[in-house]
Amino acid sequence: MAFFPASWTRFFHQTASPPYFYALASKLSPWLGGICLALLAAGLYGGLYLAPPDYQQGDSYRIIYVHVPAAWMSLFVYVLMAVMGGIALIWRMKLAEVMLISSAPIGAGFTFIALVTGSLWGKPMWGAWWVWDARLTSELILLFLYLGVISLYGAIEDKRNAARAVSILALVGVVNIPIIHYSVEWWNTLHQGPTVTKLDKPSIHISMLTPLLLMALAFKFYYALAVLQNAKLELLRRESGAQWVKNLLGAKT
Amino acid sequence: MKPIRRQRLILILLSLAGLGIAVAFALQAFNQNLMYFFSTSDVIAGKAPANADFRLGGMVVKGSLERPGADLLVRFKLSDLSKEVTVEYTGILPDLFREGQGIVAKGRLDGRGVFVAQEVLAKHDENYMPPEVASTLKKPVQP
Repeated sequence: MAFFPASWTRFFHQTASPPYFYALASKLSPWLGGICLALLAAGLYGGLYLAPPDYQQGDSYRIIYVHVPAAWMSLFVYVLMAVMGGIALIWRMKLAEVMLISSAPIGAGFTFIALVTGSLWGKPMWGAWWVWDARLTSELILLFLYLGVISLYGAIEDKRNAARAVSILALVGVVNIPIIHYSVEWWNTLHQGPTVTKLDKPSIHISMLTPLLLMALAFKFYYALAVLQNAKLELLRRESGAQWVKNLLGAKT
Repeated sequence: MKPIRRQRLILILLSLAGLGIAVAFALQAFNQNLMYFFSTSDVIAGKAPANADFRLGGMVVKGSLERPGADLLVRFKLSDLSKEVTVEYTGILPDLFREGQGIVAKGRLDGRGVFVAQEVLAKHDENYMPPEVASTLKKPVQP
């Protein structure tokens, strides 16, 4: 049974071959970095300088420009990790394993940033650094899932086996993602409901929304850049005996 | 797709579905425990614990805020737009506390049916807008 046209399959096989991927990642990196910096500059200028203060929270709300993109990315990266885990388990594709494990520290970083900035925001607005409501607790569990993926991978000597174990963990953890997203709607929480992802109309003024979306895009590009760097390193580590790595190192020394 | 891969795909999808259903049932069972606070209607209906601390959430009723003494004691009514509960609190209120604003208070009910709070947290809503827009919308601006 053919799921995809033959040209797609060929494209996948080509991109997934380590030497080709390595070269592609090296070529893309400066572009990703440049676009990320430009978006970051525009987003921060718009968010911290151009956007008006909020009618209730004054200037304190501006932490949203770090908090919300980081929180979105923490979910996005995890879903991506789970998809990579699925591909690694079904097709036994080496590159999917590499992408999975390369994403984990970045996702953990985003989760950590979301938790810390949320805490800093919570103290002046709610009056508490931390509360055990459903949103905050499920996001904390997400951080532990990321840390679990990283440590499980590190604990198993054989990296192909490690990747298989980690793929299962990543897939199991994916049930937490809808819980995080809908926690504010299913239960009474101190954390407020969704602002941007509401279907009817976003409840944020357009002058504040634009920098937020720019920042979210900047974070996406940062992730792409960081994951490619990590993946290159992981590929070199895994394929250290392979001919293409020897050629690459030979060409540089 | 080779049969072995299709089998793996089906296995993964089935396990995920099973896991999802299991978690959904578990969350359903713990639904009450996952609620961060009780609403004022729950309290009037007697669903809140009688002799234990719990959290009460609601909107501060406009015009209900009073300071009876010279100390830090404040008294106000909380509402979920159907039932009202009187709350007493001694201490400093968070910045966002104002009439018409959602808050979550932690404490217990006393014999008079008054909720005596030890802690008050402000709950801000999901709306962000410049002050000028807010005033044209005639939203509750800082009193």
